[in-house]
Amino acid sequence: MATLVAFPVLVLALMLQTAVISRINLLYGSADLILVILAAWALQERVTTAWQWALVGGVLVAFVSGLPWFVPLAGYLLIVGMARLLQRRVWQAPLLAMFAVSFTGTLMLHILSIFSLRLLGDPLPVGDSFSLITLPSILLNLLLAIPVYAGMRDLAGWLYPAEVEA
Amino acid sequence: MKKNFPRSLQTIVIALLAIGVVALALGGYLTSLSNLVNQTIVGAQTWVSTRYLAVIDFLTVPRDVASLRQRNAELEAEVARLQTQVIELQQQVTETQILSALVDFARASPENTYKAATVIGRDPSPFLRYVILNIGSNDGIHRGMPVVTEQGLVGRVDAVTADAARVQLITDPASAVNVSLQNSKTEAMLVGSITGNLSLDMISQDVTVQPGDVVLTSGLGGGYPPNLLVGQVVSVRKLDYELFQQAAVQPIVNYDQIQFVLIITNFKPVDIAPLIPTAAP
Repeated sequence: MATLVAFPVLVLALMLQTAVISRINLLYGSADLILVILAAWALQERVTTAWQWALVGGVLVAFVSGLPWFVPLAGYLLIVGMARLLQRRVWQAPLLAMFAVSFTGTLMLHILSIFSLRLLGDPLPVGDSFSLITLPSILLNLLLAIPVYAGMRDLAGWLYPAEVEA
Repeated sequence: MKKNFPRSLQTIVIALLAIGVVALALGGYLTSLSNLVNQTIVGAQTWVSTRYLAVIDFLTVPRDVASLRQRNAELEAEVARLQTQVIELQQQVTETQILSALVDFARASPENTYKAATVIGRDPSPFLRYVILNIGSNDGIHRGMPVVTEQGLVGRVDAVTADAARVQLITDPASAVNVSLQNSKTEAMLVGSITGNLSLDMISQDVTVQPGDVVLTSGLGGGYPPNLLVGQVVSVRKLDYELFQQAAVQPIVNYDQIQFVLIITNFKPVDIAPLIPTAAP
């Protein structure tokens, strides 16, 4: 069930991302709603389908984006892995973990994107890419982190209801 | 004494009194008295009427306020609906103007056949400058087809699905377009950047390039048809120790605001990759 829910949620998020969020720029960076959703989902304690969600999100973005297909796939899987790792260690401060995952996740995905595109021949200047795209994107993702975390916590509470002791 | 007074006499006295009063009135002797009485009665009636109306007002006004409030709410809702309608109509007018300009452009270039498309999204990655269109292979769109607006060149189709297409803008960092400078009669390569700025490279040092030179596609390489407007040179960078000059180009299309585009469907891009010599093993 939780895996099936990934499809409507991530498709809707991808529609929002391409139609709206990609047009809202800070310098030349933009927020990554899929990344933030996957990070927030993976940080929920009772969620067991984070890897499946990362796979679905990665495939969807790879299908739509001009990036090499393996970049979003690998990037999102790495982010979910990091989130699961952090969730076990800093479970008492979920928002802190959310910020940490959004920050490092964006950084990781962008580094992966820059080097993959450069390897494929795109003349992306690393310094400019970092200062004009990555840093603003990190800030936008951090701003998006709080509402998305709240939404995904509610969704997780609905899909994984807490067991009530008799 | 009254008892002894006969009834008929009483009647006669009353009749005489009445006749006397009527006679006095007809003679004008009671005018001042009747005026005094009339004024008193009219004054009293006015007072009673005014107070009555005040009481009626007091009792009915709260009901009127409620109905006025309801009416006001209805009118406000109507105004909001009409404002929404005005905005929608203004948007439709804008879209119609854009489409009309596209149609004019298509008519002005009858050698090409066009398909109009709407921009429905942008690439999720901020490193790439691609847009997504709402038509695909079901409408005869193929990879490599050039995309234009009535103003000039936009890019070319990079990927196609049945109902959508992804277009690489010429501002994409990986984009390279062969162009010619109309005034300088020379050729150059137009490249994009992560900031969306366009620049010209590979301009020979012997050529004089000036700000204001019009940049058109040259058609070399087979990727784009010739003579599509791209922009204007805004500044030139010429350094003696470099092999080529460079120039910054002001694009004629606002790539952040594109809503509708035309895809040139009768242009077949030429793949020159097999002609490029490779190092022998």
